[in-house]
Amino acid sequence: MEATSFEAVTPLPPSENALGRDNYLSRTHGLRSWLFTLDHKRIAIMYLVSILASFFLGGVSALLIRTELLGPHKTIMDAKTYNQMFTLHGAVMIFLFIIPGIPAALGNFVLPMMLGAKDVAFPRLNLASYYLWVIGALFAVLSIVLGGVDTGWTFYTPYSTTTNSNVVLLTFGAFILGFSSIFTGMNFIVSIHKLRPKGMTWFKMPLFLWGLYGTAILQVIATPVLAITLLLLIMERALGVGIFDPALGGDPVLYQHFFWFYSHPAVYIMILPAMGIISEVVSVFSRKHIFGYRMIALSSIAIAILSFLVWGHHMFVSGQSNLAGLIFSFLTFMVAIPSAIKVFNWLATMYKGSIWLATPMIYVLSFLVLFGIGGLTGLFLGALAVNVHLHDTYFVVAHFHYVMFGGTMIGFLAGLHYWWPKMFGRMYNERMAQITAILVFIGFNTTFFVQFVAGSKGMPRRSFNYLPEFRIYNQISTIGSYLLGLAFVMMAVYLVRSLISGKPAPANPWGSATLEWQTASPPPTENFAHSPEAGDPYDVEAWTWDEKIGGYVKSGGTVTSGATVPTVGTAGA
Amino acid sequence: MPGLNLLHLLYLLQLGAAAIADGDDFFMPAAGSTSAPGVDRIFHFILAVSVFFFLLIVGLMALFVAKYRRRPGVAPLPSPTHNTALEVTWTAIPIAIVLVIFVWGFRVFLDMSTPPANSYEIIVTGQKWKWLFSYPNGTVDENLHVPVDRPVRLVMTSEDVIHGFFIPDFRLKHDVVPGRYSKVWFRAVKAGEHQIYCTQYCGTGHSEMLAKVVVHEPGGFEKWLADAGNFLKKMPPAQAGEKLYRIRGCAQCHSLDGAGSTGPTFKGVWGRKEALKGGASVLVDENYVRESILEPQAKVVAGFEPVMPTYKGRLTDQEITALIEFMKTVK
Repeated sequence: MEATSFEAVTPLPPSENALGRDNYLSRTHGLRSWLFTLDHKRIAIMYLVSILASFFLGGVSALLIRTELLGPHKTIMDAKTYNQMFTLHGAVMIFLFIIPGIPAALGNFVLPMMLGAKDVAFPRLNLASYYLWVIGALFAVLSIVLGGVDTGWTFYTPYSTTTNSNVVLLTFGAFILGFSSIFTGMNFIVSIHKLRPKGMTWFKMPLFLWGLYGTAILQVIATPVLAITLLLLIMERALGVGIFDPALGGDPVLYQHFFWFYSHPAVYIMILPAMGIISEVVSVFSRKHIFGYRMIALSSIAIAILSFLVWGHHMFVSGQSNLAGLIFSFLTFMVAIPSAIKVFNWLATMYKGSIWLATPMIYVLSFLVLFGIGGLTGLFLGALAVNVHLHDTYFVVAHFHYVMFGGTMIGFLAGLHYWWPKMFGRMYNERMAQITAILVFIGFNTTFFVQFVAGSKGMPRRSFNYLPEFRIYNQISTIGSYLLGLAFVMMAVYLVRSLISGKPAPANPWGSATLEWQTASPPPTENFAHSPEAGDPYDVEAWTWDEKIGGYVKSGGTVTSGATVPTVGTAGA
Repeated sequence: MPGLNLLHLLYLLQLGAAAIADGDDFFMPAAGSTSAPGVDRIFHFILAVSVFFFLLIVGLMALFVAKYRRRPGVAPLPSPTHNTALEVTWTAIPIAIVLVIFVWGFRVFLDMSTPPANSYEIIVTGQKWKWLFSYPNGTVDENLHVPVDRPVRLVMTSEDVIHGFFIPDFRLKHDVVPGRYSKVWFRAVKAGEHQIYCTQYCGTGHSEMLAKVVVHEPGGFEKWLADAGNFLKKMPPAQAGEKLYRIRGCAQCHSLDGAGSTGPTFKGVWGRKEALKGGASVLVDENYVRESILEPQAKVVAGFEPVMPTYKGRLTDQEITALIEFMKTVK
């Protein structure tokens, strides 16, 4: 599809707010116009609503887990229910929320617009991918309604092939969700290859696109392995074929190899797009060109490649050979390097900038702290001798929450707050959003930091019961989780209020130089009145504040020293 | 930033604690094996590296936010968009540091996974949801008894699903996998008790799959082992029967609290008339229990499958008597 030859809709001046006029939300009406839409923006919104519903389900189960752990023994549920609860939390958060979260919701909205295109390369495939997600999610929900699954999200054999719960339903759900992920990945790869506008060479692409591109490659190559693995698991359970169960002549450790061959790259499916968002936001809100563009872009690809070669670090104590341990430990340390490079580049971007502490930027700072801790604690787990002690303890639970929540979730929130005005044409209450962002940070650290201590002291993960010496860590953690819960309630309130009565957003409220901001908010169905020409996506200094429209306008590419900037809070109030 | 203060404070606390407590610091439990101090040294090295880089990142971040915060009418200052020398430096230094951690971690790991030649061997069996430890003289116990200051090698396997054998004080962990043997070793440094956990999720009782390591004083272990091998003679029959019930597999199918399972519960079973498969009935007495242990399929209680294996040749007469005496006490 080419981004030219639009139907004759009166184009809006790109700096305007399009609420109450023609935009992608108002073009057609009714439920059918949404359910059968091929517009990537509407599909993105449907994804956003769906994954936020999943996040709610996963979040409620997390709060129930933490409440149960307020004391040892039974607090509010028995062991069997608890085991189902943490399986539910893990499976929903991983498969339904965090893997599709950034690419399918935010990526779907932003990717074609960043390319200056009218849509993704295959709009029908895009809609099909959404419905696959819905079907997969229905299977997952069905497995819960019909009595739950108690295997943990990893489905380790032979427990998963022998336990008396709805494993087949849930794994079949994950199997289908995998195809949804593959479709999105293929769509993004083709879109980035074929739809880039005039002037956008590979190294002139916004870094969010590099992040999505790396993710898409992982989705397309790694996800089929998960599909095969889950299919083998279903065959073993349903037909008694001996693949993983030693009672049938199988090898349970083989399952772990297969599973992590997908699920480790999946960690990077989660984090790469978040890193892309951070690269966009840190540059815009520092009013600075991104520092070390090429290194950030290439490090995304380095991560994508290396992430295929480190799955064995999940199995350091499973009985793989010392040689395998040696190789996987080495590669694990190597995959840390590209992430470290990115962090230094983001810091350098802030140097001598004009740092605007609006909500997306607060999330960037939060990301740097939390992902910093998440990454550094990875060093403990990469070192073989130390890993033996920490493996399968709460240290690991804390580590991956710092990476997945502190990294991906915080990145998602940065992106959500950054693109919100573009998506819905309205601003949110900036003060509320800032307070919430800080509360998320405090609540998260209270919840998870103590888990490092509990873990290194020896508390095993997935524990319904625990010894009295771990009570204090668990109680602090539970209090933190309630703070987090409160923060998300506050976020829901101000975001819903923004939809109803938020101040209309200008086309470019933050002064970004990427193409999605060079059309009205919310954009028309065709995205752009004329196919835009791409320049340097980080030439943010070429955009200056215009008091009249309450947004940024391009100042003709001249040097902008002394350009006026809004007083803090003006654009977002 | 709260994170900065928190971590900084924790680190100081940890340093202080390490200075006064013997190995039992803010993060790590007390060291109980010869391998533990080596692991702890790497742990603390990585901790120091992490705290340094964390403070560097957060410090620079805070500095930039304070110094370059947006002010009305003040534009960003010019600065380069890349600097090759700087970028090579901040790539090379982390590579060097992680290589040190990698090599160090692997060398200590190799020592931890290579048992000395003269190790004392104990067989470990994991099952839902307990550990059993078998000694060379045939003794089976639910706790791991070991001599102090002598290398002990554990040969571990599972009867059902994957379990994880973990002794935090020894910095020792390994998965226990059905259908294969995992081998680990340690050398306890002083007499005392240590906690054992299961770290690989294995179902309802996962978090209660606990046991203790009991490290005996020199000479104490041999005495314990001789007594333990002899418990039938030393204990009253009912008490010995209770121990046999736990360690010989009865407990997996016969509950003591009336709960339903693969086999009938032992609660109140003594002297009861049980309906059998096929309509007959039987009085639960000494001879019926003895027959059911040796020929389990002879008279199966109605409502249960004939799945119990025979214990002929696996339990002595004396042991069967002890089990019978124990069953009489389960009311």
